[in-house]
Amino acid sequence: MSGLLLRAGRVVDPARGLDATGDVLIRDGRIEAVGGRLDGGTKVRVLDVDGLVVCPGLIDMHVHLREPGQEWKEDIESGSHAAVAGGVTTMCCMPNTEPRLDHAAVVMQVIARARAVGLCDVHPIAAVSRNLEGRQLTEMRELARAGAVAFSDDGMPIWHAGVMRKALEYASSFGFLIIQHAEDKQLTEGGCINEGWVSTQLGVHGMPAEGEDAMIARDIMLARRTGGRYHVAHISTSGAVALVRRARAEGLPVSAEAAPHHFALTEQEVMAYNADAKMSPPLRTETDRQAVIEGLADGTIEVIATDHAPHHVDDKRCGLSCAAFGIVGLETMLPVSLQLVRDGVLKLPEMIAKMTVNPARLLGLAAGTLAPGARADLCVFDPEECWVLHRDKLRSKSSNTPWHGKTMTGRVKYTLKDGRLVYRDEGAPDVA
Amino acid sequence: MKPVRHLFGIAQLEAEQIEYLLTLGASFIDLSRRPLRKAPTLRGKTIINLFFENSTRTRTSFEIAGKRLSADVINISAATSATKKGESLLDTAQTLAAMRPHVLVIRHSIAGCCEFLAPYLEGTAIVNAGDGAHEHPTQVLTDLLTLRAHGGFAGKVITMVGDISHSRVARSHLLAARKMGYTVRLVAPKTLLPAEVERYGCEVFHDFDAAIPGSDVLYMLRVQNERLTSSCCFPSIREYHEAYGLNRQRLRLAGEDCLVMHPGPMNRGVEIATDVADSVQARILDQVEHGVAVRMAVLTTLCGAHAMEEEA
Repeated sequence: MSGLLLRAGRVVDPARGLDATGDVLIRDGRIEAVGGRLDGGTKVRVLDVDGLVVCPGLIDMHVHLREPGQEWKEDIESGSHAAVAGGVTTMCCMPNTEPRLDHAAVVMQVIARARAVGLCDVHPIAAVSRNLEGRQLTEMRELARAGAVAFSDDGMPIWHAGVMRKALEYASSFGFLIIQHAEDKQLTEGGCINEGWVSTQLGVHGMPAEGEDAMIARDIMLARRTGGRYHVAHISTSGAVALVRRARAEGLPVSAEAAPHHFALTEQEVMAYNADAKMSPPLRTETDRQAVIEGLADGTIEVIATDHAPHHVDDKRCGLSCAAFGIVGLETMLPVSLQLVRDGVLKLPEMIAKMTVNPARLLGLAAGTLAPGARADLCVFDPEECWVLHRDKLRSKSSNTPWHGKTMTGRVKYTLKDGRLVYRDEGAPDVA
Repeated sequence: MKPVRHLFGIAQLEAEQIEYLLTLGASFIDLSRRPLRKAPTLRGKTIINLFFENSTRTRTSFEIAGKRLSADVINISAATSATKKGESLLDTAQTLAAMRPHVLVIRHSIAGCCEFLAPYLEGTAIVNAGDGAHEHPTQVLTDLLTLRAHGGFAGKVITMVGDISHSRVARSHLLAARKMGYTVRLVAPKTLLPAEVERYGCEVFHDFDAAIPGSDVLYMLRVQNERLTSSCCFPSIREYHEAYGLNRQRLRLAGEDCLVMHPGPMNRGVEIATDVADSVQARILDQVEHGVAVRMAVLTTLCGAHAMEEEA
């Protein structure tokens, strides 16, 4: 069968320490070879990617696809389109759907729907507790057999220390990962943005950083006792970064992800009551932002994930304190993260690792590399192209983004899934 | 001076605009004392008071202000409004704006609701009559007009006591103080102070008695009972009154020239003792009277700016 040759790109595959100009040869949906100058034979089709970066398709381990249950905000199909437009070929969806991802049948249905759409792999993260109520554990083994790759009650933190302990113990008996949305809701009750000078001036209730820190501190103690694998979702405070750094130095199986908005933006974004900059955890202070950046630089935070949270405009257009929490992120993850490279915080391969091989290893996914034989999931992007983001151009069904009207640097040109071109940027040349 | 198109809060106003509103307000005081309390200034103007929170004095004050200037004033309160039927705030506001009032006076528990609504309500001037714990600009203008009638506010020390964290009046005063050259002292336990409040450039006290010397005004804020039970802000009314209530003894400490103010409604025996509320130093009813005058000034100014734009 004829193959596809990506010609003369900057090939970055952090899983193998590769960063060199060369070709990538794809055949039968898999990587056949990566090298300086490859000959794919006469029947091979060629895509000239000179000047572009070629890397493994991105992995976003924290998205909300809203299906089943809230399809007016997003569904697996629209979410998949948004994903590939952002260079993402693998995503992990959170269980706070309706019904919840707390039974194998729902998990299997999500996977089946994603396969039918056929653009992007979807690996569900199943609930830790039934109906996300924090009381009774889900059937984790069966959920894992059905395809769940980790467990989380995302959005509904596991506040009961006894339940959290049992969850870590039970999950770690089988090597499963527990992902915590760390928020002590008794401390954050009624809050809608970070607590501090900004919330005081706006006259709205704040969510103190300690709401996040306190729960992570507790969870790390429980992880130490139980040996449980513990992952902090969307880390946002300087205190939390310090806690995770210390736990990892101690050798505990603790990891963390950061969302682009938490290392790119601060609470200043909400000064004009901008509901599209409202999410949980909220945008924090500049000190917190710098701490997250430092955590990314020193490896404390090994994953970048978006917390893509689509909401209908009606759920946002009701005043800051009433607006829903969350922003869309799949289509802005790469350009926003590239700023870390331009600022010298991370080298390009290090940044790419945080959205490819690192989450793949954490979750045990067969993705995130361009090794020969691997499935040909690729992201091809121009790291320099400047463009202005318009909310109407987003593929997601929702457009709740704080980056509307902002200039982005870096643009996805092609996304390949199993060797198929699933996304081509408007105006980018087609395969010759 | 830049025209005032909307009144969202003190934050948007420059000192000269505040002075203008106060001067205009002062000129309206007399109107409410005449035998015939009516002027034709706003004849043909429509004003809608849209109140989602209970209010007697502010709503009535706006209503009287509009009516004394011959505007057509319509009152809508949450109890009778469409919100009970599930209509969104934006839809309610847009629906009313489509009836083409000149001014929409809004009170709502959502902080920032006026800034949020304004872009959707083209052609209607908006007045913030209190939005959550954010701003209450006409109350502050009221207080400043009252102080002007009693020796001015520049260089004075206003000591505000009570629930600062939930108070829009306190926030508006903190903003006005820097623009107009007076000092605000805050007195409250930490449970009733918002985060980093000292960044307004105010003095913060937890001990009421320590804050009294040097105060020109003791400004008592209403304490809401629900803060007591649901959010552990203070242990009991008894202890609150003991620590932060204004009684005769504290008023004596403040001296005979110190004024007592309160934005109302008062809880007698809680934040203010009855004899203090009724004392000659209390200017609480003056505030109410001046509130009407200042709201006349606000409505006149907004309608004026509006008319200028329509002509242009």
